[in-house]
Amino acid sequence: MFDGYTMSELGAIFAMQGFAGLILFSVFVLMALGLAIIFGQMGVINMAHGEFMILGAYVTYLCSTFFETYLPSIFGIYFFIAMILAFLASGALGMLVEWGLIRHLYRRPLDTLLATWGLSLILQQTYRSVFGAREVGVTIPNWMLGSLPLTDMIEVPINGLFVMALAVSIAAAVYVMIFRSKWGRQVRAVTQNRVMAGAVGINTERTDRLTFGIGCGVAGVAGAAFTMIGSTGPTAGQLYIVDTFLVVVFGGAASLLGTIASAFSISQAQSIMEFFLSGSMAKVLTLLVVVGILMLRPQGLFALKVRK
Amino acid sequence: MTKNTRNGPSGLNASRRQVLLGGAALTASLFAPNGLLAADYPTDQVNTTGLAVTDDTVTIGILHSVTGTMAISETGSVQAEKLAISQINDMGGVLGRKIDFIQEDGASDWPTFAEKAKKLLVNDKVASVMGCWTSASRKAVLPVFEQYNGFLYYPTFYEGLEQSPNVIYTGQEATQQIIAGIDWVVQNHGAEKFYLLGSDYIWPRTSNKIARKHIDKLGLKVVGEEYYPLGHTQFNSVINKIKLRKPDVIYAIVVGGSNVAFYKQLKAAGIDMTAEDPMLLTISVTEDEIRGIGGENIVGAYAAMKYFQSLDNKNNVEFVAAFKEMWGEDMVIGDVTQAAYLGPWLWKAACEKAGSFDVDKIREASPGIELHTAPEGYVRIHENHHLWSKTRIGRARLDGQYDVVYETAELMEPDPFPEGYQ
Repeated sequence: MFDGYTMSELGAIFAMQGFAGLILFSVFVLMALGLAIIFGQMGVINMAHGEFMILGAYVTYLCSTFFETYLPSIFGIYFFIAMILAFLASGALGMLVEWGLIRHLYRRPLDTLLATWGLSLILQQTYRSVFGAREVGVTIPNWMLGSLPLTDMIEVPINGLFVMALAVSIAAAVYVMIFRSKWGRQVRAVTQNRVMAGAVGINTERTDRLTFGIGCGVAGVAGAAFTMIGSTGPTAGQLYIVDTFLVVVFGGAASLLGTIASAFSISQAQSIMEFFLSGSMAKVLTLLVVVGILMLRPQGLFALKVRK
Repeated sequence: MTKNTRNGPSGLNASRRQVLLGGAALTASLFAPNGLLAADYPTDQVNTTGLAVTDDTVTIGILHSVTGTMAISETGSVQAEKLAISQINDMGGVLGRKIDFIQEDGASDWPTFAEKAKKLLVNDKVASVMGCWTSASRKAVLPVFEQYNGFLYYPTFYEGLEQSPNVIYTGQEATQQIIAGIDWVVQNHGAEKFYLLGSDYIWPRTSNKIARKHIDKLGLKVVGEEYYPLGHTQFNSVINKIKLRKPDVIYAIVVGGSNVAFYKQLKAAGIDMTAEDPMLLTISVTEDEIRGIGGENIVGAYAAMKYFQSLDNKNNVEFVAAFKEMWGEDMVIGDVTQAAYLGPWLWKAACEKAGSFDVDKIREASPGIELHTAPEGYVRIHENHHLWSKTRIGRARLDGQYDVVYETAELMEPDPFPEGYQ
C-alpha cells in the first residue's frame, strides 16, 4: 500500500497517525477515568455512565447558546466555563443518584447493574423530552476548529490537542486527589476495608457519596469535551459505554494506573489496525485480543491487592 | 387532529383559501374541490373487504418510531404525513370521506414494528399504512403486510433489492441516487479516484457495491473502501488513510451519531470541503442530519438525493411554508420527510383512480399514478412500485441548507434489481 510515495510523505502520514493514536488514547482516558473511580474504588457497575457524560454535553450546548445570545464578546472562552458547569451538574446529579438509589444497593452488584441501566433509560428519555430527539449542534469557538500545520504536510487537529491537554490535566488532578489528599486517603481506606475504615472514624457514607459524585463529574467534563469530536443527542452516551467498560475492566478494576495503561494499549492497537485494516475488522481484532488477555489474566492488567 | 386550514399543493387559489378560512362551518361536501361526494361512492361498494371505512371517514395508520434511537429520524416523517392528511381533509378528503389516522409507535424496535403493524391491520382494519424508516423495520413488517394484505407507503431512500405487492416505495432506491451522483462528479469535476466509506450495515454496503460497479464500468478507480461499526466515533485513522491515498472524491455513507463525529473530525483534520480537495459526496446527509453536524463542519460537501428544502418551485415553496406553519419556524425538511409527505397523496390518487378503498384495487390502480403537486416536482409510480423521480445534487451551505447545483434532465427510472450491479 505504500508504493509510489516519497519518504517525506510517509513520514508525515506516520507522524499524523501517531497523533491520531494519542488522541484516541486521550479520549479513552477521559471516558474511563470517571468510571474507574466509581467502578474501581466503589465496585459499583454504573451503566448510566454514558448518560452522565451526555449531561455534560447538554450543559455545554446550553452554555454555547447562552453565550452566543447574551455574551458574544467572551464566546471564545465559554468552553472553559461550560466544562466547570458540566462537572458541577453531573457531579450533583451523581450525588443525588447515590443518595436516592445506589446506597441502598451496595454489596448487590447485579441489582446496581439493573438499577443503573434503568436509570440510563430514564435519563435518555428525559433528554429526549427536554431537548428533542434530534441531535443538537454545539457551536465551538473558532479558535478550537481546524488544524495546526506543524510542517507542510503534518497537520494536527486542534480539538485533538485540546482533548489531550484535558486528559492529562484531569488524570493529574484525579491522581492528586486520590493519592495526595485527605479525601483520597479516606477513599482508599474505605476501598480496602470498609468496616475498619468506619471503625477509625471515617464517615464512609459521605466518602461514598463524594466519590460517586466526583466520578460522575469527571464523566460530565468528558462529555463536554466530546461535543468537539462527536454528537450530542439523547442516546449518544451509548456510543461510549462499551469502550469505557472495556478500558476499565481490561486495566484492572481497582487501579487508576491500570486504566491509563489499558487505555493506551487499546487505543494504540485500534488506531494502528484501523490504519492497516478496515474499521470493523480493527474492532473485531481488538476485542479478540482483549478477550484473550482477560482469559489468561481475569483481574486485568494491573490488580490492586484488596482485603475482601 | 389539527383543524387549521392550509394552502396545500393542491393549487387552491387565493379566493378559495379565503372561503376555507372563513367557512369553518362548511362541510367538506359543500365545496369539495375535486368534486367527489361520499354519496357518489356508497360505502358497501368502495369497501368490500371490511376496512375501517364509514360514510364520512376512512381510517389509515401511521407507524413510525417516536421513542428510541430512530425517533431522531422518524419524527420528520410523522410530521409530514400528518400535514398531508390535514391538507387532504381540508380539500374534502378521499372519495368524500375524511381521513382519520391511528398512530402507533414502533419504538425503534423491529419486533414491535411487526406487532403494531398486525394490530393496525387486524384490529383497526386500516385502509393503508404510512410507515417504517429503517430497512430492518420494513423487513420486519413485510410478512405481516403480505399475510393480511395491507398496503404500506415506505418513505426512506434505501438499498433496493425488494419489491412487494403490498408496498409503495416513495423514496429512491439505491441506483437512482448513486449512479446520477457519480456520473455528475465524473462529468463536471473530472473525478477519477474514489474513496468509499460507510457505516457497517446493509444499506451502505449495498450502495457502495453499486457505486463500485459503476465506477469500474466508467473505467475509474476505487482507492479505498471500508466500513465502520454503527456508532463509531473515532475517524482520525481513516482520515489519515484518505490523506495518504489522495482520492478526488470521498464517497461517504456514514449514518447516525457517527455522522456527526466523522464530519467534525474531517474538518478538524484540515480537509476543507469548500476547496474540493478532495470533494465529498454523500447520500446519507439530509438537512435534518446537518442540524446535529453543524453547518460549519460540512459546508462545501455535496449530497445526491431527490429533494432539498431549498428547491425552487411553486409546490415546494407552498409545502415548506405549510410545514413550518404546522410544526414551527425552526423546522428543517429533508429528503425522507418530503417522501413521507407523498404517501397520503399517492394513496388518495390511487383510491380515486380505483374508485375504491379495497387494497387489491388500489394495488392495480397504483402503477402509472402521477403526482404533479409533489414538492420535488412531478413523480409517477412505476410498475415495480417505486417512483420515477429526478435526482439532484446539492451543495451544503453554512446555514445548514443545500444549494441545488444540478438536477437530472429526465426522471430516473427506479431499478430495484439492477442487473450486473448486485
